[in-house]
Amino acid sequence: MKIVLQNLTKIFPSRNKKSHEEVVAVNNFNFEIPDGKLIGLLGPSGCGKSTTLYMISGLQKPSSGKIFFGDDDVTELSTENRGIGLVFQNYALYPHLTVKQNILFPLQNLKGKDKLDKDTMLNRAYEAAKLVQIEQLLDRKPSELSGGQQQRVAIARALVKMPRVLLLDEPLSNLDARLRLQTREEIRRIQKETGITTVFVTHDQEEAMSISDMIVVMKTGIVQQIGKPQDVYDDPANLFVAKFLGTPPINVFSGRVKGGTLYIGGDAVMDIQTVADQEVTVGIRPEGFVLDDNGPLKCKPTNVEVMGRDVSIVSTHDASLNPLVRSIVNADSKIDIGSEYVRYAVKPHKIFIFSKETEERIYFEVK
Amino acid sequence: MVESKQQWKAWLYLAPAIVLLLIFTVWPIINTVAMAFMEDYSGLAKIGGDASFHFGFGNFVKVAQNAEFKQALTNTIFLCLITVPVSTVLALLIAVALHAIKPLQKALQTIFFLPYVTNSIAIGMVFAAMFNVIGSVGTRRPLISSYGIVNDIIRFFGGNWVNWINSGSDYWANMFVLIVYIVWNALPFKILILLGGLTSINKQYYEAAKVDSTPRWRVLTRITVPLLSPMLAYVVITGFIAGFKEYTSIVGIFGESMGPVHEAHRLNTMVGLIYDSLASNNQGRASAAALILFGIILVVTLINLWVSKKRVHY
Repeated sequence: MKIVLQNLTKIFPSRNKKSHEEVVAVNNFNFEIPDGKLIGLLGPSGCGKSTTLYMISGLQKPSSGKIFFGDDDVTELSTENRGIGLVFQNYALYPHLTVKQNILFPLQNLKGKDKLDKDTMLNRAYEAAKLVQIEQLLDRKPSELSGGQQQRVAIARALVKMPRVLLLDEPLSNLDARLRLQTREEIRRIQKETGITTVFVTHDQEEAMSISDMIVVMKTGIVQQIGKPQDVYDDPANLFVAKFLGTPPINVFSGRVKGGTLYIGGDAVMDIQTVADQEVTVGIRPEGFVLDDNGPLKCKPTNVEVMGRDVSIVSTHDASLNPLVRSIVNADSKIDIGSEYVRYAVKPHKIFIFSKETEERIYFEVK
Repeated sequence: MVESKQQWKAWLYLAPAIVLLLIFTVWPIINTVAMAFMEDYSGLAKIGGDASFHFGFGNFVKVAQNAEFKQALTNTIFLCLITVPVSTVLALLIAVALHAIKPLQKALQTIFFLPYVTNSIAIGMVFAAMFNVIGSVGTRRPLISSYGIVNDIIRFFGGNWVNWINSGSDYWANMFVLIVYIVWNALPFKILILLGGLTSINKQYYEAAKVDSTPRWRVLTRITVPLLSPMLAYVVITGFIAGFKEYTSIVGIFGESMGPVHEAHRLNTMVGLIYDSLASNNQGRASAAALILFGIILVVTLINLWVSKKRVHY
């Protein structure tokens, strides 16, 4: 089931009656979510990602715009009739019911021609439990489960009624780091097995990048960029997206273009003929640095962190907008921390320049 | 653990409460138990110098043999069994409704809470006025000047007027008035407790139920009631305890005669029996009746706790 969001906007009225200040949580969101894909809504807190999810679920009504499931306009349809599965951030498992009763609950609500007999319901519940691998926990109460197990029960409860769309609100935020890695793979597997169009919300870019077919990066209610995770990472539309994606984060410098050459501080980093002279912000991915004794970019090294396969060199540069410049280079490279400068060449496809005023990407061609 | 040197301070701070409790709670309890077993004991006679009494179960036997005892016990149990479930279910429905509405919520809350802060004798008198038929009721050709508001309403809708509480009235008519009064009087406390419980239920359970297309009635019975069960258990247990102590409502409506004029004492309750014994200067019998009442309340509460162990989800 594809989901179409058309000019979707949500405005919250001001809490303070005097100021009449409205909060635009989601601003003119347009997106067609392809059928059977896993989509990550990504952004810092307050960016409108959860609001978008809740509008798709119907728990919140959009101020304007439309939502389609397939060709059906569901904008005015109440949550009950949308046929969605929703996994809440805190799972919202009914504490007084056992795992089995929790999973059966949505099935017992079915009426009319959808009504199921007892055996079918039990079979469906058992299948859902098997899918998330909790079939041995069916008689426990939620309070007797670990966070990861509760999460699986919540997914099973959402899946058991075979929803048209599965929505997950920060599904991994309550899990510890190890379980998080494991569970996100599980979510990916379950989504692949069921083929249900799935939208999930997260503030963790690594999480979104690792399992999504497509990510939507949002900021203050406005969609910044939509695309495949790798494409968005390799080709960010603006400074915000470039900064938001990637660990360690991108290095940002203030620079300028003059006479077809890009300068960072006094260092002439690269020839870019196609860009007019202007002040710019330069972003370089940590893996974009290449150690080169004749390299144009000169940084003062402060520290070397060995991370096994790779080595991270921490240094400073006068033009850097971050306190530190961090590069990741091959562990075989020899680094002399005592020397005054570490010199880098920069891989052209790992360097992005942005307008200083609008922070929009300025595209260039390397000569 | 507090150092033993400091312990006298703790006792000092506790002293005011402990002294008052000892004088006005603990000693009377001990005294009541003792007096219940003292036959032919009279506080008044003791002051007069006659302190003759002997120990035995005679007081209990006399209470049980009292012609009114069976009636009082039946009345008490009957009122409990009707009013506690009715008021609890009504309070639950009102609390859920109050919780669901936004406009006027505070105002309605206040209105529903008003009976709690109003004197129950005063409420009883108002109820009496509402059900009172003024005139020569019970005579062959009654002359009636006012039927009371309730009968006026019944007559407005074409019904026949009922002799609710006056001379010649039916036992069940009396009971009906009492039940209405007691239920109404018991509602505010229960609504308050249940409303408090409702606000503490995580809203996400309701959103989850909505996502799962749960019908309203099922949300109430399968989600709200179980999640509210600790409060419901509390309300039912305290409701039964209050119900077994029922007395003021009857005095409020029927006066100290505890019944309509032609059948005084017909509506007596266990607590009424205790007061009657005291009024006839028979502390021993009053104490015995109090202990019997205590025993009944204890058993009922234990049953309540036993049931709630299975039904309540903490």
